[in-house]
Amino acid sequence: MGSIHLNKVSKVFGDLKVIPSLDLEINEGEFVVFVGPSGCGKSTLLRLIAGLEDLSGGTISIDGNDVTNAPPAKRGLAMVFQSYALYPHMSVRKNIAFPLKMAGEDKATIDKKVEDAARVLNLTDYLERKPGQLSGGQRQRVAIGRAIVRQPTAFLFDEPLSNLDAALRVTMRLEISELHHELGTTMIYVTHDQVEAMTMADKIVVLNRGNIEQVGSPMELYNHPRNLFVAGFIGSPKMNFVEGKDAQAFGAPTIGIRPEHLSYSSSEGAWKGKVGVAEHLGSDTFCHVHTENSGTMTLRVSGEAGLKHGDTIYLTPEESRIHRFDDKGLAIA
Amino acid sequence: MARNVTTAKRVGWSIAAWFVALLIFFPILWTVITSFKSEGAAIAFPPVFFDFDWTLSSYVEVQERSDYLLHVWNSAVISLGSTFIALLISIPAAWSMAFNPTKRTKDILMWMLSTKMLPAVAVLVPFYLAYKNLGLLDTKLGLIIILTMMNLPILIWMLFSYFKEIPGEILEACRMDGATLGQEIVYILTPMAVPGIASTLLLNIIMAWNEAFWTLNISASQAAPLSAFIASYSSPEGLFWAKLSAASTLAIAPILIMGWFSQKQLVRGLTFGAVK
Ligand SMILES: Nc1ncnc2c1ncn2[C@@H]1O[C@H](COP(=O)(O)OP(=O)(O)OP(=O)(O)O)[C@@H](O)[C@H]1O
Ligand SMILES: [Mg+2]
Repeated sequence: MGSIHLNKVSKVFGDLKVIPSLDLEINEGEFVVFVGPSGCGKSTLLRLIAGLEDLSGGTISIDGNDVTNAPPAKRGLAMVFQSYALYPHMSVRKNIAFPLKMAGEDKATIDKKVEDAARVLNLTDYLERKPGQLSGGQRQRVAIGRAIVRQPTAFLFDEPLSNLDAALRVTMRLEISELHHELGTTMIYVTHDQVEAMTMADKIVVLNRGNIEQVGSPMELYNHPRNLFVAGFIGSPKMNFVEGKDAQAFGAPTIGIRPEHLSYSSSEGAWKGKVGVAEHLGSDTFCHVHTENSGTMTLRVSGEAGLKHGDTIYLTPEESRIHRFDDKGLAIA
Repeated sequence: MARNVTTAKRVGWSIAAWFVALLIFFPILWTVITSFKSEGAAIAFPPVFFDFDWTLSSYVEVQERSDYLLHVWNSAVISLGSTFIALLISIPAAWSMAFNPTKRTKDILMWMLSTKMLPAVAVLVPFYLAYKNLGLLDTKLGLIIILTMMNLPILIWMLFSYFKEIPGEILEACRMDGATLGQEIVYILTPMAVPGIASTLLLNIIMAWNEAFWTLNISASQAAPLSAFIASYSSPEGLFWAKLSAASTLAIAPILIMGWFSQKQLVRGLTFGAVK
């Protein structure tokens, strides 16, 4: 239960080809994250799967059944919206009970399932309140509660945490991951935040202009990005890119090296530069180093490293960690 | 961040607000006071405020001379009837424009509003003649039809802006939750739209109740609502201020009472949903 198959799916809005043609296999029980820059078509793709948007071409099947033309209600999916989309005139209890009521369950079953969901989500004390009387995090939990009660074949999340503050986002991230382990249901999660993608996903789908750039586990994408786009998108801070003569020295038109795979020395190394702004995170410090030929590079050092603004240093990439790309931006195996 | 409001400031604003409110309310107050005067006291100069012989004679005379209850009945039938028909037309119209807009929706809305820019007098003669031929002059049905048409654009605009406020994602959520179109309308759309419809309804009743141009021009006696009842006391030859005031007071009383009891809905209506 919960495998989703997209076959040559495309979507056109007027003259705008948002999704040219896309194939994707989502396995049962997987936590799949769609990630990509703003406007790349993540929400559109999710809404196509949900049935809220009609396909311009291709087919979608869920558990082997073709649902391309099925209305949302018939697909057995539950969705959590960015704006939560709670029913403002109903209490939390009624909000969570709504899908069960639509499914025609009897009152005793509904009550029991709502109470169970409320317990899991720490909402028991708020059941009689209206959504307007809840905090952002609580509303988010109600939206999730409404999604889990009817045991859907898969969950769809569209940037569910983007309206929350940073601390709450981390908490909710963990709660959703926890929920996934508990329920074992397929989840498709849309975000533009690559940290969310890395921390939560079994499988990340990197989208760019409606095309899939790469599909893989977080560590696969981190260690073996297929092209420059994925290399630049996955990882925080961003990978450093070097072109021209400095890159040729390492045997490729473009090379990439992550901040954590650079070492520095005050006397010798591959690239000479001056230390610029340093961002202290406590455990780590990210130094922006202005190199002579290759622009500004980010360097990760331990929190106590004594680099000062204006110091001259030499950077050297860790040989085995260098990513090499050809003229077209594709990774050289 | 809380604004630093001092007591002096608050008192100052309160006084100013009361002053403005009184200023607006004064003509009505004056009308009510005058209605209890004798005709002589009503035209006295300098005017007297409270120090006169309070009398109900104007009311008695107005009662004798005209059939107040008939006019109330006419006003009620016309305003409620036109509101009902207008809602019947405007709810589906606004609904489809808000939830299934097309490229032309904006133009249609603008066109509807533009009909309100036309001075009513400009179409009085054609309407009068048409009504005469159709036998609609001085009939309640005729007035209901014309008031429905007059207020329709405003109703559609108001309802459109209410329906627009219902977020599309909520409707999508309810579709995802397995609701059929019927269930969507019953459980989600109607409860969310009812406050907006209610204030539109109230406002339209008031607009229709107070309408004076068409009601005066195409009704005579049979269908004449309260506006015509008032007008019949503003005689050019004699200035019967007290009787005119008594008639006016009688005419505005029902709508004033209704307005009083539905204040909350009305404020929402008049601010076009800006107050949540
Ligand atoms: N209903 C629509 N009509 C026309 N164009 C649309 C419509 N919905 C989306 N688009 C366009 O499709 C493209 C992809 O939109 P989409 O909402 O899927 O992006 P996204 O990846 O979710 O971005 P974000 O991270 O900002 O939410 C955008 O260029 C957008 O303008
Ligand atoms: Mg989006």
